[in-house]
Amino acid sequence: MASISGTETVSGAGTGTEKIAEIKTQYKKFIGRKILFILFSLILIFIIAGVSATLGSYPISVTEVYSIIWHGIFQNVETTQEIVVWNLRLPRIIMGILAGMGLAIAGTMMQGILRNPLASPFTLGIASGAGFGAALAILSGAGIIAGATGEYLIIGNAFLFSLIPTFVILLFTRYKRATPETMILAGIAMLYIFSAATTLLMYFSESEAVKEAYFWMVGSLGRATWDELIFSLNLGSLYIPLPGPVPIVLIGCIIPLMWKSWDLNVMAAGDEAAKSLGVNVEQTRILILIIASLMTAGIVCFTGTIGFIGLVAPHMCRMVIGSDNRFLIPASGLFGAALLLTADTIARRIIAPEILPVGAITAFMGGPLFLYLIMRRRREYW
Amino acid sequence: MKLKIKDVEFGYSNMPVLQNVNIELAESEILGVVGPNGAGKSTLLRCIDRILIPQKGCIMLDGRDIREISRMELARKIGYVPQDGSQIFPATVFDTVLMGRRPHLGWRSSERDTEKVLETLKMLNIEDLAMRDINELSGGQQQKVFIARALTQEPELLLLDEPTSNLDIRHQLEVMEIVKRVVRERGISAIMAIHDLNLASRYADRIIMMNGGRVYAEGKPSSVLNAENIRHVYGVEAKLSNHDGRPYIVPLRACVSANR
Repeated sequence: MASISGTETVSGAGTGTEKIAEIKTQYKKFIGRKILFILFSLILIFIIAGVSATLGSYPISVTEVYSIIWHGIFQNVETTQEIVVWNLRLPRIIMGILAGMGLAIAGTMMQGILRNPLASPFTLGIASGAGFGAALAILSGAGIIAGATGEYLIIGNAFLFSLIPTFVILLFTRYKRATPETMILAGIAMLYIFSAATTLLMYFSESEAVKEAYFWMVGSLGRATWDELIFSLNLGSLYIPLPGPVPIVLIGCIIPLMWKSWDLNVMAAGDEAAKSLGVNVEQTRILILIIASLMTAGIVCFTGTIGFIGLVAPHMCRMVIGSDNRFLIPASGLFGAALLLTADTIARRIIAPEILPVGAITAFMGGPLFLYLIMRRRREYW
Repeated sequence: MKLKIKDVEFGYSNMPVLQNVNIELAESEILGVVGPNGAGKSTLLRCIDRILIPQKGCIMLDGRDIREISRMELARKIGYVPQDGSQIFPATVFDTVLMGRRPHLGWRSSERDTEKVLETLKMLNIEDLAMRDINELSGGQQQKVFIARALTQEPELLLLDEPTSNLDIRHQLEVMEIVKRVVRERGISAIMAIHDLNLASRYADRIIMMNGGRVYAEGKPSSVLNAENIRHVYGVEAKLSNHDGRPYIVPLRACVSANR
């Protein structure tokens, strides 16, 4: 016991307060680094977006692009240059930013609530549900929404079917406790069921239609238009732009997720510890699952399955800024946006004028980068 | 903080884990819960913190049934140090201990919360670890961090599940001294499930010996820890001596025909 009181006196009054002050500065620096990373990602998005808007079969310089965007906000677009930037490139870029943001944040959430570093927005079968819904619309013209046709039928189907796995998991948790293990296993079962259903559907369809359905499933930003991004309200001569479906879903989901970020932090310590710290673990897990699923569904129904961003962006950000979700949510959202935008820019240019689906490029580009980062880490975990 | 456990029963489907458990805890007391594996020690602690909910009986905290207390309020009253505090994603010691402020704070943590964390780290003499990743620490250091987290909750009752398992003897002593000190200084109570009978004997004010989900014996260490009880509950022949007025147990051999 003498030795114990001995160690206590090591940090005596004088050195003790000094040490405390030092920890405080260190901690403030750590927080500063997180904020810096968030700002860095934001700037990165602006730069990549600017560069991306210049690239294409119609050459436009960076400065021109920014001035076109600036002018377009206040007046109608008229020249060819303006139309190319505003109507062709910008919707794609903005969709890329929003999709990257949503998928990365949904991935962060899934990894958090499932306490599993391998989780992504698609772990629980969302992508295969959406894929089946879209395939059903493309191959047989059948859908859930009455009266919808063509593209709306595909989008509506994809959205609703992508939520079925989540819904089944929720039903499941009424009978079994909402543990990560139960949810993952139920989700994987749903994933296989929908994949099998899609395979069967394709097996009995015309090859042209199968190709179309397959193209839908490989995620792409090529279908993006202003309709998904902005809802324009025309009141006579007055024209009011309002956020469209994608931004609305994102805003509506990110706010409650940020609000729950503390609880998610606590849940990383394990269910028991989280409960003892006052968190209603099962309820929070289900709530976050619903929100993250809605957010993913709201993106995937327009873009198809864009993989890897949701898995990798959260990890890359954790390597730099740690796991505090209050910072990790915005950081991985912005970084995911930058990542997807870069991937799409490459997808558009790598064998131009042919445009590759970004869904294939994200993994191609992100995979090696991710492996490199894992190798560089000394820690056990990465 | 007065705790009263009345006729508590808990079981998984058809397997009873706790049966007819009655315990009362006075203020500023360290209660050691001993017993063989599967006796229900951890389950008892989990029931007290409402991580598990007993099928029968009730647990009263200062005269209130814990089922009527919100989880958040309960977290301000009871701190729990789980046996396995595995953290899946990297987190600094500081942030881990800051989680203990969760029941007290809103979305933002204030300067006061930072102070509380630093105060606790200093008290446990682990302020040097503040910015280290918890996954990189040794078992003993991690245990101290989890105790620090529970202490920043500023609970009136501290529950510790095997706080000294996997620790070397130095860390065992340090952890037990910390518990003893906070109980005395803050006037809180502590219940610890513990395997090491000698640590229990030395640090607990009172001991509950459990066997097969029931309280087998209860009282001062000197009255509970005797050769007869140890033989009956553990099936082990032991020799006991007196050390500073507390029993010291030397286990000799497993009984051949244990009447358990």
